[in-house]
Order: sequence, then C-alpha cells, then structure tokens
Amino acid sequence: MRHLMSPLDFTVEELNRLFDLAGDIEQNMGSYSTACAGKKLATCFYEPSTRTRLSFEAAMLNLGGSVLGFSDAGSSSASKGESVSDTIRVISCFADICAMRHPKEGAPMVAADKSSIPVINAGDGGHQHPTQTLTDLLTIRSLKGRLDHFTIGLCGDLKFGRTVHSLIHALERYEGIEFIFISPEELQVPDYITDRLKELNIPFEEVIRLDNVMPRLDFLYMTRVQKERFFNEEDYVRLKDFYILDKAKMEDAKAEMLVLHPLPRVNEISVELDDDPRAAYFKQVQFGVYVRMALILTLLGLEGGK
Amino acid sequence: MLNVGKIREGFVLDHIKAGESLELYHSLQLEKLDCTVAIIKNARSNKLGKKDILKVECDINELNLDVLAFIDHNITVNVIKDENIVDKKILVLPKEIKNIIKCKNPRCITSVEQGLPHVFILADEKNEVYRCKYCEEKYSHL
Repeated sequence: MRHLMSPLDFTVEELNRLFDLAGDIEQNMGSYSTACAGKKLATCFYEPSTRTRLSFEAAMLNLGGSVLGFSDAGSSSASKGESVSDTIRVISCFADICAMRHPKEGAPMVAADKSSIPVINAGDGGHQHPTQTLTDLLTIRSLKGRLDHFTIGLCGDLKFGRTVHSLIHALERYEGIEFIFISPEELQVPDYITDRLKELNIPFEEVIRLDNVMPRLDFLYMTRVQKERFFNEEDYVRLKDFYILDKAKMEDAKAEMLVLHPLPRVNEISVELDDDPRAAYFKQVQFGVYVRMALILTLLGLEGGK
Repeated sequence: MLNVGKIREGFVLDHIKAGESLELYHSLQLEKLDCTVAIIKNARSNKLGKKDILKVECDINELNLDVLAFIDHNITVNVIKDENIVDKKILVLPKEIKNIIKCKNPRCITSVEQGLPHVFILADEKNEVYRCKYCEEKYSHL
C-alpha cells in the first residue's frame, strides 16, 4: 500500500506518469466521472484549510466517489484527547483513502504507520505539503513543458513555509535547477534543506532583497508570512509587509517569467498583477484539482480504469 | 586504589568521559538487564586524566552497543570471554536510534502523541547528523 508523505515518495518516472494522468484528466474530464464510484475519501483536517480540503473533496467528487471527514480538531475526537494512531485506525474502517492535515509535524507519518488505507499528507505544521508541490510541479510542467533548467526564486516565509520546503525537495531531482532564496534573515530556509543542497551540489543563493534578483528568475514563487507560525505577534507585524510584489518590481522580470503562489494571498502580491499574463497563481488552483484526482486514482490502484 | 573483580563474560567499556557513566548506563538500558554492573567513576587515566569505566557481566549477544558510537566515539569496548579480552569493538554509528534521545521541536508530533517512540535516523554519516523520523529536525545536544 502506498502513502504520500513527501514529494520524494514518488520517483521521477512515477511523477511523470502521475502528471500524464493529470493531463489526460484535464483533457477528458467526463470519462473519469465514475472512476471512483463506491469509494470514500476521508478528509481529516486538524487545522482549518478551506482550499486544500475543498480541492481534495472536489477531486473525489469529480471521480464519482464520496467524501466524509472533519475540518478542525474541535469537531473530532482529538478534542477528547484521542491520539492520531487511534483516529486513523477508526477512519480506516470508514473510508478507502484519507487526506490528513495536522498542525504537528510528522502526524500523517504516524497515521500512515498505523493505517490500513492510503494516507495523503495534506500538510503537517511547517514541515511538508506534498500535494501542493505536485500542484506546483504540474503547473510548471503544463505551462513550460518541462521541469528542468530553471532559475527559481522563492520569496517570503521560507522558514515555516511548508510548501516551499516540499517544492525544493522535489526540484532537487531535476537537472539544471538553481534556487534563489529571498527572505528576511529571521525567515530563511531551515539548515536541513541548505545542508542537503550543498551535499547534492545544487546551486543556491540566499538574498534579502527581491528587486535585485528579479531579472534572473524563470519563476517566482511567492509565499505568505503566516501569522499562526509565529510565537509572538510583534515579530509577525514587523515582517509581514517585507516582501510585496507589485508592477514596479515586475518591470524588471523576464517577459516569460511566471509568478506562482500557493494561496491564500494577503497582500504579498498586489491585485494589480492579477491580469498580468505572467500571474499563474489562479491556474495553479485548477491544476491542483487535476493532480489530486490523479493521485487518488494512483494510490487506490485505479489509474488505468477510467 | 579501588579493586573491582574480573568479569567472566561481558563488556568493559573504558575511556568513558568522567561523570558520564550513569548516563551511559541508562542509554544502554542496563537497568532492564538482570546482570552485574560495576560503575567506576573518576578512575585515574593517562589519556584523559580522569575517566569512568563500566563493567557489564552478561551474555555478549544480549547487549546492543550501537548507541555508544552516537554518544562518544572515544569509548573503548573490550569484549570479555572466560575472563580474557577476546575482541575490541570498533564503534559504528547506528542507522537508527530509538528512545535514547528526544525530539526537541515543539511542533513535532512526538511532543503530543502518547506512546510514540522517539526515532532518529542517521541523515549524514560524515557530519554525524541525526534527524527526527517524523519532523526531520536535526538533533542537537544543546
């Protein structure tokens, strides 16, 4: 039985097959409408997330399956003190596949260890968010036709931003990738990531200012400075407006550079950019549904049975 | 000079940093073994000035010493059979450490989930880096 904890759980070849399937779903949506008939997806969300949860639910409904679950810890047995291990054993009796989000890092792995159904990590604290990464990779591949030889800028909260950690992890395996990390010193990428990049001889730079590096980027991945990742409000208020992408900064960018964002956006991308053809963040959301559909089919072993 | 008798079968762990033998006793979970253990603190040492020694009388297959390499490379492990040293073990870093050290990341699931083992995986052998299996936080002695 397969689970998805990290983007590296799939080989590059397996990812290619997943993205091919997502591409086919995009082209022939109707022919997948009963692919998961009779199957149930449990969405176990221990912290609020409208977007990811609805994306999973839309994916399963598009496949003709059904969904059940909870959307915050308060409405689950966790509020009574039930462990993740016990919860997943119970959920395994109700559903065929589970998507879990949890504020504690590693919780979905604990679930996967005890589960008898496939578990998908839908985000665990500041650690990993692999389905967002699959979304990002599918977006890049669909819009650029490849996943190698890019200079990618990642901007904002790189310390607690799990989407960033997962994306770096996944892109490590493609040739010719260069990273530019743009963040305040307080929110730089964790050392375990930079240690690994050094070990793998993957070039990266850490810079403070976004405007200096704009002309070099093929992609700019913007992230939100998340209030819930800070221990005190003072730090949050001081840093939240540090990195804002606006028209003036975009003038220095390449004509074909694309702007990605895992959303929700607060004010780090000015709304005046939404009509810029380089703004790809709303397209990402649609690709997210396709890739989650492909993932559900793959983990249930139904990828050939549309 | 304090005299501690020879052991028939087991291990003599020599050149332990002075004062660390008790910690080692717990790391090796010797309290769970029904065997004779001598803990010698602050013995004279030419190499270290002062050192601790642990003598453990047990079946040599019964004790897992892998964790020693993680704690201190410099410990000498003498394997005893029939009161003689039959082998000196070379310490190799274990691939996995279970319930010896704890993850200090307050956001890690190990901080709240009851009964969950604290498991660390050897992530970088050259730099002796261990990371929590669950949250990947680097273990730090600090």
